[in-house]
Amino acid sequence: MAFIRRTSPHAHTASTTGDIMRWVIYATLPGLIVLTHFFGWGSLINVALSCVTAISCEALVLKLRRRPVLFYLKDYSALVTAVLLGLSLPPYAPWWLVVIGTASAIILAKQLYGGLGYNPFNPAMVGYVILLISFPVEMTRWATPATLLSDGQTLPSLMTALESVFLGNSGAIDGYTGATPLDLFKTQQGLLVEQIYAQQPLFSLASFAGAGWEWVNVAFLSGGIWLLYKRAFTWHAPISMLLALSVMTFLFYGGGNSDSGGPFMLHLFSGGTMFGAFFIITDPVSSAVSNRGRIIFGAAIGVLIYVIRVWGNYPDAVAFAVLLMNFAAPFIDYYTLPRTYGHAKTGRATRGRDL
Amino acid sequence: MSDSSFERQIRVYDIPGGIHPPENKMQSMGLPLGEVSIPSELVFPLSQHIGTPAIAIVRVGQKVLAGEKIAEASGALSVPVHASTSGTIGAIEERILPHTSGMSGPCIVLASDGQHQFVDYQACSNYRQLSRTELVEKIRQAGVAGLGGAGFPTAVKIDPRNSSIDTLILNGTECEPYITADDRLMQDYASDVIAGAELLAFILGEPSTIIVGIEDNKPDAIKAMRSAAQNTRVQIVSFPTKYPSGGERQLIQILTNKEVPSGKLPAMLGIVMQNVGTAMAAYRAVRFGEALTWRITTLVGEALEVQRNIKTLLGTPVEHLLCELGFQPSAASRLIMGGPMMGVALPDIKVPVVKTTACIIAPSHDEMPDQPDAQACIRCGLCAEACPVSLLPQQLYWYAKSEEYERLQNHNLFDCIECGACSYVCPSTIPLVQYYRAAKGNIRQQQQEKIRSDHARQRFESRQARIEQAEVEKEAKRVARKEAAEKAKALAAQKKLEAEQNPSEASATSVTATLDPVALAMARVKAKEQDPGVQKSKLERALTSAQGRVDKLQKRLDNAEQSHIEKLTAQVKQAQLRTDDAQKHLDAFNISISKSEAKTPITPVEDFDTPPPTDTKSLKLASAAKITAATVAIERAKLSAEAFASMSPEEKLQQQLASLTQRLVKAQQNLAKAEAEGSEHITAFKVGLEKTQAKFTSTEAELSRLQKENS
Repeated sequence: MAFIRRTSPHAHTASTTGDIMRWVIYATLPGLIVLTHFFGWGSLINVALSCVTAISCEALVLKLRRRPVLFYLKDYSALVTAVLLGLSLPPYAPWWLVVIGTASAIILAKQLYGGLGYNPFNPAMVGYVILLISFPVEMTRWATPATLLSDGQTLPSLMTALESVFLGNSGAIDGYTGATPLDLFKTQQGLLVEQIYAQQPLFSLASFAGAGWEWVNVAFLSGGIWLLYKRAFTWHAPISMLLALSVMTFLFYGGGNSDSGGPFMLHLFSGGTMFGAFFIITDPVSSAVSNRGRIIFGAAIGVLIYVIRVWGNYPDAVAFAVLLMNFAAPFIDYYTLPRTYGHAKTGRATRGRDL
Repeated sequence: MSDSSFERQIRVYDIPGGIHPPENKMQSMGLPLGEVSIPSELVFPLSQHIGTPAIAIVRVGQKVLAGEKIAEASGALSVPVHASTSGTIGAIEERILPHTSGMSGPCIVLASDGQHQFVDYQACSNYRQLSRTELVEKIRQAGVAGLGGAGFPTAVKIDPRNSSIDTLILNGTECEPYITADDRLMQDYASDVIAGAELLAFILGEPSTIIVGIEDNKPDAIKAMRSAAQNTRVQIVSFPTKYPSGGERQLIQILTNKEVPSGKLPAMLGIVMQNVGTAMAAYRAVRFGEALTWRITTLVGEALEVQRNIKTLLGTPVEHLLCELGFQPSAASRLIMGGPMMGVALPDIKVPVVKTTACIIAPSHDEMPDQPDAQACIRCGLCAEACPVSLLPQQLYWYAKSEEYERLQNHNLFDCIECGACSYVCPSTIPLVQYYRAAKGNIRQQQQEKIRSDHARQRFESRQARIEQAEVEKEAKRVARKEAAEKAKALAAQKKLEAEQNPSEASATSVTATLDPVALAMARVKAKEQDPGVQKSKLERALTSAQGRVDKLQKRLDNAEQSHIEKLTAQVKQAQLRTDDAQKHLDAFNISISKSEAKTPITPVEDFDTPPPTDTKSLKLASAAKITAATVAIERAKLSAEAFASMSPEEKLQQQLASLTQRLVKAQQNLAKAEAEGSEHITAFKVGLEKTQAKFTSTEAELSRLQKENS
């Protein structure tokens, strides 16, 4: 009798690519919950809307490319992109903003390059940057965290939120918009760090960084630690990014004078720092491949984030830093081959050798 | 010394990467070592090892006993094959081999008689009396090859010529899941394994360190081996379980923290590694004279009713083993020979157990489900984390897919040990190892093609060089000849001038001048031919070559088809005639030599001037053509010189004038032709014509002057 002829190995782990993608989605849940807690329904609506858009776009393109639709949808990669983009958009963003961003991410940044595994840039960040450059007003209109609301004021109800998102009735939401901690810090230059912290309720009412934002970052950090524990990715890129960013804050803190780049805690626990460190730069497809390469990749992003935040025109910089380093990833790869067993030196990917 | 004192000396190191798949070793260790009945038919592939296949030395119908050699090693990198039971050789034919491809290969088929009678083994109670070469030969003759999996001929690995070995490692790691054959062996045959270690150490010139490395998931085996190793130099070292710790290079790294350089052998580091089963087989081959006819094989998997280790006769069909253990074919998802990580999926249930068969797995569909379709690689890097040799499997996969072979080699594809750890962890279930195997095959093929084309190019280039060289030599000779001719001409002109100044001497000098080159040539030839010995040997050589030609032609005649026979017969006859001639000539020469030796020695000139009477044909054969031609030319030159000398100056001039007239006409013709064709040599022809005309005029003037004087 004859049997299947398969080559070795015959044993496999149970975890699949779909599993890893699902873990990433699960790991964003603490962040999503905290965002909802401080900013209301906005982020939830963003995520739901971008998920629907992403799956529709993915299915449409797969159909056009004559690929098995269900087989590829089951890898959950489109959902991951959607969730990550939805989380990074300002709450109560108009529906068309979310749809345009998600469609750009899935169709332009991912499927046009060949789908999962072939995209040179992080799709969620491509979508984000396209929106930020095209619609700067909508993209910088962040909500005020619940901590800062005046007495008697509550977060907008679900109906108000939906009205604002889908009917463009932004008047109802206008009372809720405010600056992010990074925005605020940038616009208050000229004052001592101490003065900013004392005068601004966003900081004075916070525990260690910026009201609301600090806990959002802590939530993403905890999700990231869980992913590390699940071995969804290695520690190299996120840790080196956080370390590099920390080093930059210490180098340019300047004793808290009026030219200060901002304190260590502000940079680590504001904006998209933790979200970027554990959910964006860990995207394996568009990062460097070796562990050494990922350390360099992560550190460079950390430095770039600080440079753009402090000396650039945009208050937050994770998306730009990540995209810039996506460009450099293949270059890093050429020079960071690991040393193979039995070889005295590490190789060069480009070194010519006769066949 | 107690073994605990050794324990402290050996440090254990970690290897990068590695995986921890479910061990699945309990199922087959529940029962002690078992045996199955002798099958009615056994199959012995001639190639059960790395190297040249053995050569069958039995014929169909021959009766053989257990332990009798049925196939002989061919060459150094080969091992013989022995019958594992008594019976009759049923066939020597192609059978399906235990190989994934399902390929067939030559096998000896033995019909057992059920008696299981052994040949008389030659025991040896004290092997230390024997030389190392004798011991290696005993191990070779017993058919011992690496039982761990690769099947490398053991005798080659322990060749005593390799004298700088300082570490002997016995590999009892058995890191593959499911397999427990070595675990069983170390528990049941611990003293034989230790004795094997001591024997191999003796053969290798007593290396300073002898280690048996065992993973810590085999506590019983470690215990048994420790107690057997008491009062010996053998150290039992256990280390944490991790796949693939049992790879040769990985175990060396674990036990010595050294890395075998890429493309080199462990012997370079002074290390030899043998599987524990191989050590035992080597010991039994030397101590009891036993040939390798059985091994321990793990039979495991949920498609079997009984899972256990079996003392298996080599050559037993897998089907026979499985049937005895209650195999349910419908329950099995596949059939694997070896472990789940590196084992071979068997193409057919009838393949035999060979020397390297440590395990047969008959897994159920739940146990090893069919792999889902591969998804896209997301470069998650889990494979790189698992790789024990620090490769980047995800990059290798990328380049293998796009057939970028240079990149693959830059990424050290050939250091991949195909352990399967990357494929195991791949969340997209990409068959990575399969891609690497295919790429390696393609690169090897390309390299061979390159070598072939390089050879062809070299052949072509050296041929071109030869041709060019020949051209250059020809040209050089031509130039030399031209120069010589011009010099002679100048000399003659000078002589003539002198003759004109001293007319009385004219005739004599002119003769000498003309004769001069001829005389020189004659002298040269004479010098060569002076020695009768040389001449004789020349003739003898001619004879042998003629005889050789006759023989060759005779052979061709024998081989030739009917149509060619007549033609060849004629050629042979002709060649024979030539041989006869040459023989005759040699005889004549011998006689003449003996005669001349009897007389007073003749002068070389006489000898030369009176060549032995012979026909030109045989002379030509005798490589004497040159002599004849030279002789004739000399004669002719002499005659013409004499004739010229005997002429009156007037006659000479007239003759010269006649020849110059001819040359003039010819030169004019050439010039006309060159002009008509627009040749680039027109100027050369013109100059030639002018010169000839000048000479003609001067000769004419000379002649008229002479005539005037005479008149």
